[in-house]
Amino acid sequence: MPPELLDATFAALADPTRRAILKRLAAGEATVGELAAPFAMTQPAISKHLKVLERAGLVTRGRDAQRRPCRLEAERLRDATEWLAGFRAFWAGSFERLDDLLADLQQGDPR
Amino acid sequence: MRATETLTVETPAPREIVMTREFAAPRALVFAAYTRPELLRRWFGPHGHELVECEIDLRAGGVWRYVVKAPDASTMTLRGVYREIVAPERIVGVETNEDCEAEDGTGTASTITFDERDGRTTLTHQLIFVSQEIRDMMIELGMQHGVGQGYERLATLLEEQA
Repeated sequence: MPPELLDATFAALADPTRRAILKRLAAGEATVGELAAPFAMTQPAISKHLKVLERAGLVTRGRDAQRRPCRLEAERLRDATEWLAGFRAFWAGSFERLDDLLADLQQGDPR
Repeated sequence: MRATETLTVETPAPREIVMTREFAAPRALVFAAYTRPELLRRWFGPHGHELVECEIDLRAGGVWRYVVKAPDASTMTLRGVYREIVAPERIVGVETNEDCEAEDGTGTASTITFDERDGRTTLTHQLIFVSQEIRDMMIELGMQHGVGQGYERLATLLEEQA
């Protein structure tokens, strides 16, 4: 899996609601309505989470205009537990913060 | 994210981990961010984590110590001794954390190099562990520290799915 997608995957998995959505989809496809019910969340709220999961490639949406079922991409989830993934996650987060600091310093951050 | 700002982590030899990352800044600045506690506190540790203690004695034979606090308030301590410092190109030392120390106290050899080209810096961090077992264990620990509870729940999710 390309490193930037791995980072997106971990960011997607960092949220407990999204992990619960994946757990539900591991048991089979579901529509947005079916996913929202157990969480007592609105469909737009669930859709926001689904967008994050789709961007990470963990979930795909069916084309059936009526139902558009959500589907877990199991292969992607397995890739995320690849051996080096956690080690990378520790450092990738730090380096993103370092990017921000370096940008601040070069813009004449007074701190 | 641009491709050049992607972190690469490789295991080129059984006892090694090598990380490579490019930064949009001159190396004097990246080196400063790596060696000044007031700057390290602003970036070291994953998102949501905080470098709560940072002591650095930047000279050959000097010691350094970082304490990283996770969102769940658990802490992780990293320690080491510098062997060679060539500003702004290179930091060489030995990391001596309890988790990856050999029984005789030898630690992990660490070499960090800062190479600048066209105002951008390529950072390379090479870690050589005392054994493959300890390297592998550090990677496992990285799993836990890197994503904390999220990883354990992910592992559970996969087991249930299998």
